[in-house]
Amino acid sequence: MSQSFIEQKNVHHSLGMTDADVIKIYRTMRLARLFDERSELLQRAGKVAFHVSGQGQEAAQAAAAHALDLAHDMFFPYYRDYAFVLGVGCEVSDLMLSLFAKAADPFSGGRQMPGHFGYKAKRIVTGSSPVTTQVPHAAGFALVAKMRNQPSVSFVTFGEGSSNQGDFHEGLNFAGVHKLPVIFFCENNQYAISVPYVKQMACAKVSDRAAGYGFPGVSVDGTDPFEVYAAVKTARERALRGEGPTLIEAQMYRLMPHSTSDDDSQYRSKAEVQAERERDPLPRMLMYMMQTGIWDDVKEAELKAECVKIINAATELADKAPYPVAEDTLKHVYEGD
Amino acid sequence: MAKISYLEAIRSAMREEMERDADVFVLGEDVGVKGGVFHATKGFYEQFGEMRSLDTPLAESAIAGVAIGAAMAGMRPIAEMQFADFIFPATNQIISEAAKIRYRSNNDWNCPLVIRAPFGGGIGGALYHSQCPESVFFGTPGLKIVAPSTPYDAKGLLKASIRDNDPVLYFEHKKCYHSITGDVPEEDYIVPIGKADVKREGHDITVITYGLMVHYVLRAAEELSKEGIETLVLDLRTIQPLDVDAIIAAAKQTGKVLIVHEDNKTGGVGAEVAAIIAEEILYDLDAPIQRLAAPDVPAMPINPIQEKFYMLNPDKIAAKMRQLAEW
Repeated sequence: MSQSFIEQKNVHHSLGMTDADVIKIYRTMRLARLFDERSELLQRAGKVAFHVSGQGQEAAQAAAAHALDLAHDMFFPYYRDYAFVLGVGCEVSDLMLSLFAKAADPFSGGRQMPGHFGYKAKRIVTGSSPVTTQVPHAAGFALVAKMRNQPSVSFVTFGEGSSNQGDFHEGLNFAGVHKLPVIFFCENNQYAISVPYVKQMACAKVSDRAAGYGFPGVSVDGTDPFEVYAAVKTARERALRGEGPTLIEAQMYRLMPHSTSDDDSQYRSKAEVQAERERDPLPRMLMYMMQTGIWDDVKEAELKAECVKIINAATELADKAPYPVAEDTLKHVYEGD
Repeated sequence: MAKISYLEAIRSAMREEMERDADVFVLGEDVGVKGGVFHATKGFYEQFGEMRSLDTPLAESAIAGVAIGAAMAGMRPIAEMQFADFIFPATNQIISEAAKIRYRSNNDWNCPLVIRAPFGGGIGGALYHSQCPESVFFGTPGLKIVAPSTPYDAKGLLKASIRDNDPVLYFEHKKCYHSITGDVPEEDYIVPIGKADVKREGHDITVITYGLMVHYVLRAAEELSKEGIETLVLDLRTIQPLDVDAIIAAAKQTGKVLIVHEDNKTGGVGAEVAAIIAEEILYDLDAPIQRLAAPDVPAMPINPIQEKFYMLNPDKIAAKMRQLAEW
């Protein structure tokens, strides 16, 4: 994987991105990381039941969100996509209300586990826990966009383990046959809980799988926001031209255990995780911005302070927010309940 | 009123809804150019075009999953499972997704989807073209399940299902397609989901049933009538949510209840109907609640001897009804 974007000074300009674009992506990454770290602490402190981490995946998520059209595209995130949902318009308070399972959680009203997004006003389609069921849904939305001739692309994410599921293959095949405007975005973080990539599939890359469905598959360095941004942008343009879907594999590493219920020392070494920390996208993005001259220590300190303030306020709000009413358990099974 | 077949009732319900509402479309294997293996969508490709009578790859989970996506996007898809026996690859999409979309999103999203599934046996279909899989889905909150028996109900219930804002499983009996005809109004109408229908009045015994068995029970009731036994026949029409009021009223009327279904006995819809009656009016009954259903074997064999043994028929039903009347 490349170290290239750090070594270069103006990658973003060559992609048509402004300095403000870069800062926006970095801010999303920073907020997501702080949220993730705070969630971990809250779980360890017994304030919340469960957290599933997205650390190490923020660059790909934030950059992809930035490459999409928030007014027209539809989003089908999976459970580690905190930076992605922040990038498409969710607030940290939304994530916190979900983490605390409070009534005002906009994703599910405190019904679903954290990381189970869904927010119609933000064009985020409701998701579940059985993995990859969202892939055919993304094809369904794209089919409707095609029927109605709307400039909308479905952007759906999932892990590499999920790419073994039938719904992955059935969804990609359907979208390929009908040349639907879908971007299939695999966040390959190398582990499906404890099972590593080599025990999940025999092909060299997840992106190889696209060949079987008749459309391009590309692998990018998922710790490089610019590579990801460029790939998503290209896939989106292709989809809008009516040329069909693209499978993007963003290669990255899950820096934390699968969830707060997992002990990763049972299946991977500390040395391996430590080595991967060298490629943590967050400090690398910071280094790029410093080297490029669009950022400095003062701005970094200001941003950090601002983000901590947001996280603190959201934590307090969610902690104090009421739980749903017991009897409301019976609501919304069918229309009118 | 026009006399039409059960299949034509289904076809005309879809056609009229597609003419009325541009958001309605059908998708499934062979539903386009061929017009469906049972011809349920015959002529749709010519009338509505490829995109609204969409031939899909042979992959049931994608048929259901893509339809769920389209439904959430604001369309009213009708997904066809070629045979109900092949619905199982789509079960995760139906139970984990369609049924839970409104609930898990706290009413932010909903899924106005119809899944049509030709079910039932007695047609030489063997194990995998004869099953009644409704009990797999029965008891899954968030799903509605209907199983009409007549052309009138088939058309009215399908229109109601298409207009419903929640997912509906529509089980249509293959053996009824051509063998059952009936009067259907010329004008637009619906049969509301969740309402059972008394298909025959009677004061001696009550039989509660649905699907093809409604016709067998009615034939048996005619036989018993010659012997002086009058049977109330309640057609459930909707099996989820059950019409509890109609079930209780029908059971109370005679105090003797037989539940008949083609699906196997254990864990079937009949068990729930019996439990409802026992919970509500046990002491008003004059006899123990009876069930008559297929045996608890995996599915029916293709050879005619064993298929006949497996399937209920009017004679078997009449014998059981007689027994109950004499209690």
